[in-house]
Amino acid sequence: MDRIPILRMGNFLLVTIQIDLYDRLAINLETDLVNMVNKTQAKGVLIDISALSIVDSFMGRILGNIGDMARIMDAETVVVGMQPAVAITLVELGLELKGVHTALNVVKGMELLRLKIKDLDTGEEEDEEEEEIATNEDSTD
Amino acid sequence: MKQDISKLLQKKKKNILEDWISLQLADAGLREDLMSNDELREQSAELLDALLQGITGDNLADFNSEGLSPVYEILAGISISRARQGFSPRETGVFVFSLKDAILKTLIIELANDQQALADALILINKFLDNLGIATFETFIKGREEVILRQTDEISEISTPIIRVWDGILALPIIGTLDSARTQVVMESLLQNIVDTGSTITILDISGVPTVDSLVAQHIIKTVAATRLMGAECIISGIRPEIAQTVVHLGIDLSNIVTKATLASALKYAFAVLRLDVKRIQKEK
Amino acid sequence: MRIVLIEDAMLIEKEQDVVPFRNRVKEYAVKIGMSVVNQTKLITAASELVRNMLKYAGGGKTKMEVISEGRNSGIRLVFEDNGPGIKDIAQAMKEGFSTGQSLGVGLPGAKRLVNEFEIKSSPGEGTVVSIIKWKNG
Repeated sequence: MDRIPILRMGNFLLVTIQIDLYDRLAINLETDLVNMVNKTQAKGVLIDISALSIVDSFMGRILGNIGDMARIMDAETVVVGMQPAVAITLVELGLELKGVHTALNVVKGMELLRLKIKDLDTGEEEDEEEEEIATNEDSTD
Repeated sequence: MKQDISKLLQKKKKNILEDWISLQLADAGLREDLMSNDELREQSAELLDALLQGITGDNLADFNSEGLSPVYEILAGISISRARQGFSPRETGVFVFSLKDAILKTLIIELANDQQALADALILINKFLDNLGIATFETFIKGREEVILRQTDEISEISTPIIRVWDGILALPIIGTLDSARTQVVMESLLQNIVDTGSTITILDISGVPTVDSLVAQHIIKTVAATRLMGAECIISGIRPEIAQTVVHLGIDLSNIVTKATLASALKYAFAVLRLDVKRIQKEK
Repeated sequence: MRIVLIEDAMLIEKEQDVVPFRNRVKEYAVKIGMSVVNQTKLITAASELVRNMLKYAGGGKTKMEVISEGRNSGIRLVFEDNGPGIKDIAQAMKEGFSTGQSLGVGLPGAKRLVNEFEIKSSPGEGTVVSIIKWKNG
């Protein structure tokens, strides 16, 4: 049976969907991804759908499911590279893709994931950073 | 006897043309600014030629006969070009109806001896030229509609410029009413621009939108939703007090959308999101 | 007046037929010069409807037509199945309603994506859905 390859990059899992999926393949992807998140303890999942010419309600549901499932396993999901026509169609269809983050491209998606994970893991560091800025401002005054 | 009318008119072509032209020149609605007298003469002669060649005694009563199609074609060409040139419907109408006057005048003179034939001919010619008049107006209006359609296209193109205000920030001031066809155009070009420039923030400025009803709000919400699906943020700016009032009175929920009063404050917000800082440079003492 | 320029048909029996069907629809949409957004809307609607057909009736027949009316041309798709039919069409067309486990956007969503949408069905008689997407519209 065909499978969509899942790449591991450090903390992240990377999936590039290159072909229009028929349902079985999409369901397999969902299962494989969730298993991989568990196996690798990944903190982020990045799904590139730039090659998808359509996302219908079924595919939308699969993407949403992956996001929800990954989240309860403590991983964030970002969907990147959606085509403009696909976005317009999804809005008209009434789907919002709740449960996943979106980004314009792979680079921006990676940035977003890093940011999300840093926000969760090291909330303290963020506070320190803000303090630093505050002191800087003091000194310029 | 019917044969006589068309033959008669063909014989008197020169007279009719002269009468027609002088009638047109005498009309108060003559537009010498839009068309020279020579051009007018040329147009008139062309139409009359086609008309007199086309009519036979039989097809005068049958407007759809094939012999007359060149007449309609020429007439359509003339009235469409007049519509584009900015002639008024009346001025275009005079063109055809003065021809009727000219033809009737000739008939009255020529058939003065035969009252019955004159009456028959008058009715026939009247009907025929009235029909030409109607055809003129139809094509005239069609010509105007084409002008309107083209302008609508142009307006929707001109009125939705997408401006790259900063690296990663696009601004789209919307001017005029936002209907569903326009929203489609706006969304398409905006999303394509987002992809092309890799911009993560878009400011949709609606200060040029006259009214925001629930339908317009729906279109705005859709545009915001589509940009979010692409992975970009969309801020709405230019919320005038009266727009804020109608939005709340209509019970439209914009709470999921970042809204700002002015483009300036939206830009400020966008800078904050991108972690940019704009500072006044302190003059050295 | 509507004229049918090209007629084509395809049987849908299993879920692997969905992608070839979508590609066939796309071919025709590209042939008449439909914009990418309208293509995507049409194919997405087709995908929703063909999936419904598989899910509730185990498959069915699809018909594709390239039609023209005046200066406008478009694609007409017909989905015909011998399934259990729909008891309450008004309810099935309502947002968020689903008898199966789905989001319930299929039928109403598909309707929003096309220019004309027609559904005929009664229990035990199967369902016929017919949609039209114009090139400009």
